[in-house]
Amino acid sequence: MDITLFLIGLVAATLRVATPLIFGTLGELFSERSGVLNLGIEGTMFLGAFVGFAVAATTGSLWIGLLGAIIAGMLSGLLMSLLSVRLGVNQHVAGLGITLLATGLSLYSFRLIFGESKIPPSIEPFPMLNILPESNPLAPITNQYLLTYIGIATIAVVWWVISKTRFGLQIRAVGENPEAADAAGLNVYAIRTRALAIGGALMAVGGAFLTLAQLGSFTFGIVAGRGWVCIALIIFANWQAVSVLWGALIFGGVQALQLRLQTLGFKLPYELFLSLPYVVTIIALTLAGRNASAPSALLKAYRRE
Amino acid sequence: MHAVEMKGIVKRFADLVASDHVDFNLEQGEIHALLGENGAGKTTLMRILYGLYHADEGQVFINGKPAVISSPRDAIRQGIGMVTQHFTLVPTLTVAENMVLGETGSVMINLPDVEEKVAAASERFGIPVKPQALIRHLSVGERQRVEILKALYHDARVLILDEPTAVLVPQEVDVLFKALLRLQQEGLSVIFISHHLNEVMDICGRITVLRDGHSVGTVQKADTNQKQLAKMMVGRESFGVKRQDQRQASVSSCLLSVQNVCAVDKKGLPALKDVSLEVHAGEILGLAGVSGNGQAELSAVLCGTQKTTRGKVQANGINLTNAEPASVCAAGVGRIPEDRHANMVGELSVAENLVLDQLGNFVKNGILEQDKIQKNAKTLIKEFQIKAAPGDRVRTLSGGNMQKVMLARTLSQNPAVVIASQPTRGLDVGATDYVRSKLLEQREAGAAVLLLSEDLEEILALSDRIAVIYAGKIMGVLPASEATPEKLGLMMAGSTD
Repeated sequence: MDITLFLIGLVAATLRVATPLIFGTLGELFSERSGVLNLGIEGTMFLGAFVGFAVAATTGSLWIGLLGAIIAGMLSGLLMSLLSVRLGVNQHVAGLGITLLATGLSLYSFRLIFGESKIPPSIEPFPMLNILPESNPLAPITNQYLLTYIGIATIAVVWWVISKTRFGLQIRAVGENPEAADAAGLNVYAIRTRALAIGGALMAVGGAFLTLAQLGSFTFGIVAGRGWVCIALIIFANWQAVSVLWGALIFGGVQALQLRLQTLGFKLPYELFLSLPYVVTIIALTLAGRNASAPSALLKAYRRE
Repeated sequence: MHAVEMKGIVKRFADLVASDHVDFNLEQGEIHALLGENGAGKTTLMRILYGLYHADEGQVFINGKPAVISSPRDAIRQGIGMVTQHFTLVPTLTVAENMVLGETGSVMINLPDVEEKVAAASERFGIPVKPQALIRHLSVGERQRVEILKALYHDARVLILDEPTAVLVPQEVDVLFKALLRLQQEGLSVIFISHHLNEVMDICGRITVLRDGHSVGTVQKADTNQKQLAKMMVGRESFGVKRQDQRQASVSSCLLSVQNVCAVDKKGLPALKDVSLEVHAGEILGLAGVSGNGQAELSAVLCGTQKTTRGKVQANGINLTNAEPASVCAAGVGRIPEDRHANMVGELSVAENLVLDQLGNFVKNGILEQDKIQKNAKTLIKEFQIKAAPGDRVRTLSGGNMQKVMLARTLSQNPAVVIASQPTRGLDVGATDYVRSKLLEQREAGAAVLLLSEDLEEILALSDRIAVIYAGKIMGVLPASEATPEKLGLMMAGSTD
């Protein structure tokens, strides 16, 4: 029975940890399939976490907070588009610049709005759903945040958009061969811009999940490298929407596991446990990444000669 | 009324005028050749018509009406389709998906429906393609058919083909020509870009010749012949560089000696089996052979980029067995490698590329001597007739000019031994002649030249002696006087009699 409880707790935590990764990685998927590596993801998630929190705290509505995060994420994606698509700035430089900007801007605004109090301000976060009664042993697994279910549903939606719709076809075309897309009469800039805006919005939702659902407060280390993990997951998922789920679950699973292992009282430095998810990510990447094939036009700004 | 008329088209790229007041017209239902050497401005002109470039001056008329074509989308709307040299297909998509890429409309794409339509179009125009096939699984010839069908699928009445035969084997060329003639009868007008005289005379009705961005003139096929076209194209009547005299090479000293060299290919299989060759001062040794019989490996071994498993390489009296490229260079071996793109840095300027393998001569205390580099570039650009400025990025040069940069870099160092692999592949007549004459110049100057070529005509025109390689073995070495295409052909096919 103990082991069952342990496993149920593990699965429940895994889904929680995986949620922001799913949103972030799907956001990155939109960007990268269109040919733009968006290293602004870490900052955009941070921005989403902050804006979501700040708007929710001021308006008192979590949903308006989420909407605010989405708009902020889209603006971040549009800025990335302005820099890397329109102006042709190196994608690494533009992305890292956006991460620095978004992070700094969020911290600065946070201090402006909330001041520097000893007790961090907090809001009443989204509640967990009540799908099964508490008494049911499987309740911890099913009773997740609504955003977790939305995240999993989004995977299917993104798969459908990318593989079945005209917009998805256009994204794939500009990400694989922008010259061909241009010659076919597509507006490469416009398509990439739209992909980046949608991607930014998804990344911001991933960040907002942390403040609006999981924690109910905003701290400086809230994103803690999740954006970079998403960059690794997208490679692990070989740029396929459905595989994003497996990547996020593996990372989330190891993360949830190491938290539990820490409490079991092994006589090992806790830093070792903390590093476990990242070690597993590296191993998984080395194994899966060998056959990965990135969109051909990734990192290349498109310019007509 | 002309299907297309272009008047006074001017296009400048920085200092270079790629198109200089060019007039061009295309009649309804004709196949019209745009003939010229590489860099003559053929592709530039057509990219303007297709909206991929914007003309600095000039006007375009479609069916007599002035037209503004600022993007391929505009061109497609005007009924113009173009098959560019580098295919504009997305390799990870299917044929059908590529066809509807530029369309707008419903959110969803009804793929089965599109596939049916594509299949119907394929049937109607007599261009066989499989709608469900992924582009990356198709051969070059098949991809070209997809491109042509794509243009027709979008109701093109004018089809621009940019050097369509460059990538095809002879049988595929026949199929293409038959399809084009059929489409012509249905009223399609075709612009056929080429630098092959025989093809142009084969299939086209009228021919417009471009040279250095100018239009030299338009002629009817019936009023002209290959010789006249060649003259218009290169500005002189006869072409073809040939070795003049016979050398008594064996009396001179041996500068390059390859003894019993063995090497493996990328898969680890034996690619060179006991290859022995000697090249003497003042001679060209041609190495003939069908592609893939060990030429690439031999060239790599001699250039220092591949290790041997056995044997000895000596050049200019220095042992170069398994030497690093830098030592090979220092020993006075000049290399003209097969893939010029892989041996120059496209993003660097002409001037920088010209000193790349001899930086030691242009560096003082770890700092580049810019004045010296620029001066060197100016001298070589003049000497080797490179059509570029020292600051131009090599990436932007035409194939012929790129090869001239390569030649200038290698030959300006006065090598004792020259290894030339496929030095004229992909070059037009003028550039080919130029490269060949430069190789002969090296021979006159007393260098030992090893010429690896799959072009038998080239081997026969230049070599003093001819070796044949087959399956990694040297089948024999003949003096040029004894070599006939038949004899060489048999040896190239592995026959030992």
